[in-house]
Amino acid sequence: MAVQSFNFVRTDMEEAAPAPGNSVGFVGWIKKNLFSTPGNSVLTILGVLLLVWAVPPLYNFMIGKAVFIAENGEACRVEGAGACWAFIWARINFFIYGFYPLEEQWRVNICFVLGIVLIVPLLWLDLPGKVLNAILFFVVYPIIAFILLNGGLFGLSSVPTENWGGLTVTLIIGITGIVVSLPIGIVLALGRQSNLPVIKSLSIMFIELWRAVPLITVLFMASVMLPLFVPTGMTVDKLLRALVGVSLFSAAYLAEVVRGGLQALPRGQYEAASAMGLNYWKSMLLIILPQALKHVIPGIVNSFIALFKDTSLVSIVGIFDLLQTVQSSSSDLKWAGPHQAITGYIFAAMVFWIFCFSMSRYSIFTERRLDTGHKR
Amino acid sequence: MSVQETNQGAAAVDRSKMTVSDTDVAIDVVDMHKWYGDFHVLRDINLRVMRGERIVIAGPSGSGKSTLIRCVNRLEEHQKGQIIVNDVELTSDLKRVDEVRREVGMVFQHFNLFPHLSILENCTLAPIWVRGTPKAEAEATAMHFLERVKIPEQALKFPGQLSGGQQQRVAIARSLCMNPKIMLFDEPTSALDPEMIKEVLDVMVGLAEEGMTMICVTHEMGFARQVANRVIFMDQGQIIEQNEPEEFFSNPQHERTKLFLSQILH
Repeated sequence: MAVQSFNFVRTDMEEAAPAPGNSVGFVGWIKKNLFSTPGNSVLTILGVLLLVWAVPPLYNFMIGKAVFIAENGEACRVEGAGACWAFIWARINFFIYGFYPLEEQWRVNICFVLGIVLIVPLLWLDLPGKVLNAILFFVVYPIIAFILLNGGLFGLSSVPTENWGGLTVTLIIGITGIVVSLPIGIVLALGRQSNLPVIKSLSIMFIELWRAVPLITVLFMASVMLPLFVPTGMTVDKLLRALVGVSLFSAAYLAEVVRGGLQALPRGQYEAASAMGLNYWKSMLLIILPQALKHVIPGIVNSFIALFKDTSLVSIVGIFDLLQTVQSSSSDLKWAGPHQAITGYIFAAMVFWIFCFSMSRYSIFTERRLDTGHKR
Repeated sequence: MSVQETNQGAAAVDRSKMTVSDTDVAIDVVDMHKWYGDFHVLRDINLRVMRGERIVIAGPSGSGKSTLIRCVNRLEEHQKGQIIVNDVELTSDLKRVDEVRREVGMVFQHFNLFPHLSILENCTLAPIWVRGTPKAEAEATAMHFLERVKIPEQALKFPGQLSGGQQQRVAIARSLCMNPKIMLFDEPTSALDPEMIKEVLDVMVGLAEEGMTMICVTHEMGFARQVANRVIFMDQGQIIEQNEPEEFFSNPQHERTKLFLSQILH
């Protein structure tokens, strides 16, 4: 079909042919992604040089020259020694349990194991029995965990929350914050869209108030101002105050994320649901929220990750979270050394990273899983 | 669709069950007015639809035709006058509104299927959650109607995987699953490719042949000639003219109607 005259009728259909050889496969990938233009070739070379410059010293510090096993800080004080992992290992109990009594730590361990046993099947979307699983995790588990951790019942010795600490407290605040803030956030988002003026303005006031105040201020207010307003003699537990503060703070953010999802839905979805006779709550639960929440999974998980990292701020009101245990250990004279503090911070960073990165990966997995093909 | 085609098609419609009741009023709209803010969008609407009637509403865009049928299931509120559907008056009482909506099916221009649910779930949702039908029974009904609109094989797919014409047929099946007494069609073919319009119109003709009470806002004048027993012409929020289709098309009275018909029937 080299020359096409003014009148043309196709006689044979053109068969599909394979793509030219240098545009596919490994060579094709390299050409396309690394050396597509002179500018990109220069960037590729610079990138390789940067890796060559940065990786060996990093490797030496983290692994090559690092001290893994030691009785005390002496080995870590040697000239040229890398990270002092032995210090982490020696203090790991404190990092995980804080001041929780050694002989009672089995109670924390049971909580950890029970939590994992319940949360894994909950996140595993294909497994059946989600309703029972959800009841167990969201209702029964918190009660059991509280009784186990706090004690004072069934012959368990009482361990006040002042003694809770480390990763345990970080996880308690993080998970409670996530679990409590999402439903509150959804209700606030729906409230903000409501036709009822009172509900609408209350929701807006709540959201705007909490969003406009830094979390640190919220925590300070909770620990310093709140006691001024409650009757004398009545005290609210310090950890509980932080939990409430973090949850409500995060709920305000989530409300706006969810509202974004609600607004992204075409009005036709609301109308189709109403036209079939579904009432408000059925429309919301069956039609609107499943779609709206799916749209904003990235935003929701973003807020969850922020919340999880913000738990480290509770240290300013005297709660011994993971970061605080690491920080206070870094002045431990037995392990004194040039890299003692930095090793601790790297450890804390890695722990936070593992949890946050897992959340991020899980969110991407769910997004793909819930994708029902093309948008309408 | 040209006039010739329609006349040929008209012969194929089975009119044996197309009976209009003399006594049973399906929808009664009395002195109804509606405003959007200060804008008087529907003015002095009086429309009585008897059981079994097939009404086509035509008119230029912005004439209020869609708004009118959306008032019939109270997707839009009216501010003055009365709307009585299946002997229930529409007011701000949400219980009554839901009662009316259960018996009135609606098909939208943009289908409005629920993209997160399969075709089958789209069809069973309202029967299960509004009527309390057991799941197995709802699914059997859904399959029955999906067969009627000739796409039972798509039942487990999602709306996004279907063509526009297929989606609109699912939307019709979804409404029928509620076993409605009245069907409202809001420009059901306006968003479809030309090749898909016929498959949707065929389903609608089939419904009319079974005696369904229907109000259709549509620009398909061929369909109006084929099945409608009354054509209503609206402009500027008012009913300008209504008549039997033959009379309406061959002998329009109002100047605006004549102008409209001369623009669309060339």
